[in-house]
Amino acid sequence: MTTTAIDEDLEELEIALGGAGPAPTRTVVAYGFWIFLLSDIIMFSGLFAAYAVLWERTAGGPTGAQLFDLKSVFIETGALLISSYTCGLGALSAERQHRNYFYFFSLLTFLLGGAFLFIEISEFVGMIDKGAGPSRSAFLSSFFALVGMHGAHVSSGLLWLVYMVAQAAAKGLTPVVLRRLLCFSLFWHALDIIWVGVFTMVYLMGAG
Amino acid sequence: MDGDAVRRHERSPGVEHGEETADFLSYTAGFGLAVALTIASFVVAKTDLLWAPGIPVGLVVLAFAQIGVHLVFFLHMGSGADNTNNILALTFGLFIVFLVITGSVWIMYNLSTNMAGMGMAGH
Amino acid sequence: MFGRLTWSAIPFDEPIALVTALGIVIGGVAVLAIITMKGWWPYLWREWITSVDHKRVGVMYAFLGLVMLLRGFADAIMMRSQQAIAVGDAQGYLDPSHYDQIFSAHGTIMIFFVAMPLVVGFMNFVVPLQLGVRDVAFPVLNSVSFWLTASGALLVNLSLGLGNFARTGWMNYPPLSEVAFSPDVGVDYYLWALQVSGVGTLLSGINMVTTILKLRAPGMTYFRMPVFCWTALCSNMLIVAAFPILTATFVMLILDRYLGMHFFTNDAGGSQMMYVNLFWAWGHPEVYILVLPAFGIFSEVISTFSGKALFGYRSMVLASLTICVLSFMVWLHHFFTMGAGADVNAFFGVMSMIIAVPTGVKIFNWLFTMFHGRVVYTAPVLWTIGFMVTFVIGGMTGVLLAVPAVDFVVHNTVFLIAHFHNVIIGGVLFGMMAGYNFWFPKAFGFTLHEGLGKATFWFWIIGFWFAFTPLYVLGLLGMPRRLQHISDPSWQPLLLVAELGAVLIAIGILCQILQLFVSIRTRDQRRDTSGDPWNARTLEWATASPPPAYNFAVMPRVGSIDAFWEMKRTGTAIAPKPFEPIEMPRNSATGIVTAFFAVMMGFAMIWHIWWMAILGLAAAAITAMVFGWRDDREFEITVAEIARAERARI
Repeated sequence: MTTTAIDEDLEELEIALGGAGPAPTRTVVAYGFWIFLLSDIIMFSGLFAAYAVLWERTAGGPTGAQLFDLKSVFIETGALLISSYTCGLGALSAERQHRNYFYFFSLLTFLLGGAFLFIEISEFVGMIDKGAGPSRSAFLSSFFALVGMHGAHVSSGLLWLVYMVAQAAAKGLTPVVLRRLLCFSLFWHALDIIWVGVFTMVYLMGAG
Repeated sequence: MDGDAVRRHERSPGVEHGEETADFLSYTAGFGLAVALTIASFVVAKTDLLWAPGIPVGLVVLAFAQIGVHLVFFLHMGSGADNTNNILALTFGLFIVFLVITGSVWIMYNLSTNMAGMGMAGH
Repeated sequence: MFGRLTWSAIPFDEPIALVTALGIVIGGVAVLAIITMKGWWPYLWREWITSVDHKRVGVMYAFLGLVMLLRGFADAIMMRSQQAIAVGDAQGYLDPSHYDQIFSAHGTIMIFFVAMPLVVGFMNFVVPLQLGVRDVAFPVLNSVSFWLTASGALLVNLSLGLGNFARTGWMNYPPLSEVAFSPDVGVDYYLWALQVSGVGTLLSGINMVTTILKLRAPGMTYFRMPVFCWTALCSNMLIVAAFPILTATFVMLILDRYLGMHFFTNDAGGSQMMYVNLFWAWGHPEVYILVLPAFGIFSEVISTFSGKALFGYRSMVLASLTICVLSFMVWLHHFFTMGAGADVNAFFGVMSMIIAVPTGVKIFNWLFTMFHGRVVYTAPVLWTIGFMVTFVIGGMTGVLLAVPAVDFVVHNTVFLIAHFHNVIIGGVLFGMMAGYNFWFPKAFGFTLHEGLGKATFWFWIIGFWFAFTPLYVLGLLGMPRRLQHISDPSWQPLLLVAELGAVLIAIGILCQILQLFVSIRTRDQRRDTSGDPWNARTLEWATASPPPAYNFAVMPRVGSIDAFWEMKRTGTAIAPKPFEPIEMPRNSATGIVTAFFAVMMGFAMIWHIWWMAILGLAAAAITAMVFGWRDDREFEITVAEIARAERARI
């Protein structure tokens, strides 16, 4: 059967309207994970909304301006941002089957993420020691919940990174492993995006 | 359950299968921009560079710019036809985030204004 | 060692709960014993429990929903009975503490463990078949989602025999739901059951959105998808967007209760109104999550039994998408009286009226589909017509409630109760019943008894109107909701009529159970050998009844809307192309194992058994990691097997 130019145009149109049949697994998995990330961002927006509503309700206790140390916030922001960069480079290395570069960048990502968590936990402990723990006021509850939830996500991400490196070491950089690494990088970049919201809204607006 | 291997009309967010240097440049450029914008945010917040009442607006703009940089340079969100589903999903998600946050703030602000003086404002 | 779990958790002081719990335990043990004695475990394990087949998962969801309907309805008839007799001096048979748990459990179960599983179950079974593909995007995740939902249902039912359920109503508002006023396990049962099942629902939403957008048969463009798939897409988009809000809200309440935080407390700056605001930001999209697939079912049913294509396909799609977007812009109408003021109330009131318009468009489209069609009045069609009448009236009372001034008069009266039961029963439940009768032959290979199906319908619809019309009147007379005792004796006659309605519905439910039994016993006479008992229009009817595991031997190539109708018209319905081996995903125990640990963790958190909670969470994480390590993910169905199955069908 010969196809005419019109047939080819119709075929192109059909594909453009979604008629090309099932997508490849990599596309399906990445899209599904993308939808999950959007749902996670909406979950964070609930916590952001609570913070936006409750941030002035300090119940006579300390305010953000009194508590926040922007220097350490700047350092942890930098650490997370750089870890996003190294994560990206790690993903590139993996896609090109450069195993050793992948391990190297994964290690950097892990260390920088760990540094972020260390600074954050230190901040939390310091605040609790000063009597500014999450049960002091609605403001502090919403602060700890929002920032803490982000930190919990970062911790899970680090655990996942270790698991992925182990899988890559054991099974090689197979299509399945690469798909999962793609999901991990999406996750890690999304966490940095959420952090932009957090440090802008919580720390920079609160301290100013 | 795999579909066809050749499907140029659907692209997932994330790593491109482009040329080596182009991808590396993309990440590095994005990183550089993000660093600059982050520093700008901190500068705006802590110095008098911006007119004081305009600081919150400036911070919001810078935040959106940083998020945009992440989306474009790290997540490779483009405007091509193959990205339509991704962009649509993102738009819907952002729309919901906007509604939840601004809707809540608007409603709760009106509530506390109207219900103030009842002794329960909690300040 | 066991936190606050002691022997006093067993409700010796509440005989009704105790007897019911004992009954459930004995019944459950009996069922397990029968299964063991008949040697059904290998079959159940292999074909159902570890199945990742969307058809099996869908049936299990529907089964869960129907079983929980019995529990939820039992709560309902207990409430009706209490209100019918506890008038004036009489105190009825349920004390307030027990009554409060019953109305809380009734709402929680009906929304989360009846309506959601039924809706999700139908979408699971039907959507991949209608799209012409072999399964959903993430089959193992699908199984996990089901088992997490079942875990939530289990936790709610555990509260019957161990401890108590929440007494706060199904919305669980603070400050009553805070530790200061509800220190016992009831609210914790509610929170953990819904957090666990909420994870399942969210994952299911992600799964279906990805399936519908990325996995369709070749040639099936967006505008050749069946309308049910469009409504399923909109519903699942809402799930993905709304459920995270509920998750965040419950996280905050859990933090208040467990770590003494102050999101919604009376003191230290908490804001209870913020809970109400966030809860309904989820809560309103939730009702559209439930009703949109029901609308889709009605579209399929009415076009099939009118012998005509659905009128106004594009406007149906547009209406569904419009509802999807608008459903996020009306939520304040659930708390007009909370005091946000005229500006806010006006905006949300107007939006709530606007959202009625796309549904009106749908109603007209269904009517125009029937017009000049040759309508066959089968049970699904009766449910559909019953829906059109019932839901429109319920919708109109909704538009009435959307006027803030009116809402100030009837908010939290039984007028509101009547309204939402009107739309949920008339819309969602009737849709599920229509879908049940419509797709049962496809799922099980034989039709349901038609006469008993019709009897079920008539008892339900007459019972419904007897049960809820009095509530509209009583609401306007000022009767509040959730009353354990009625102080105004002039209300009793109407409450007795409502009780009669509940009894009629009970008979309807009995008819449906009888229908199932009779149909199973006479199944050989009602075998569906063609796979297409209704002369239907969409691709699921192109398969055998029940379909083989792989659904389609060769993925159909779609050229138009109502693809199967087109295939029948052009004589290409069973096109024997050369078969190729098909790779299908292997079964997986991940779902049931994850669920087991989720129940462990939830139960432990409820009873403050911290070591068990940590163990459960860790074990669930390890399960995921172990599952992620397996290499052997698929198995192959050979050409010979396919050929044999297809030959047997013809």
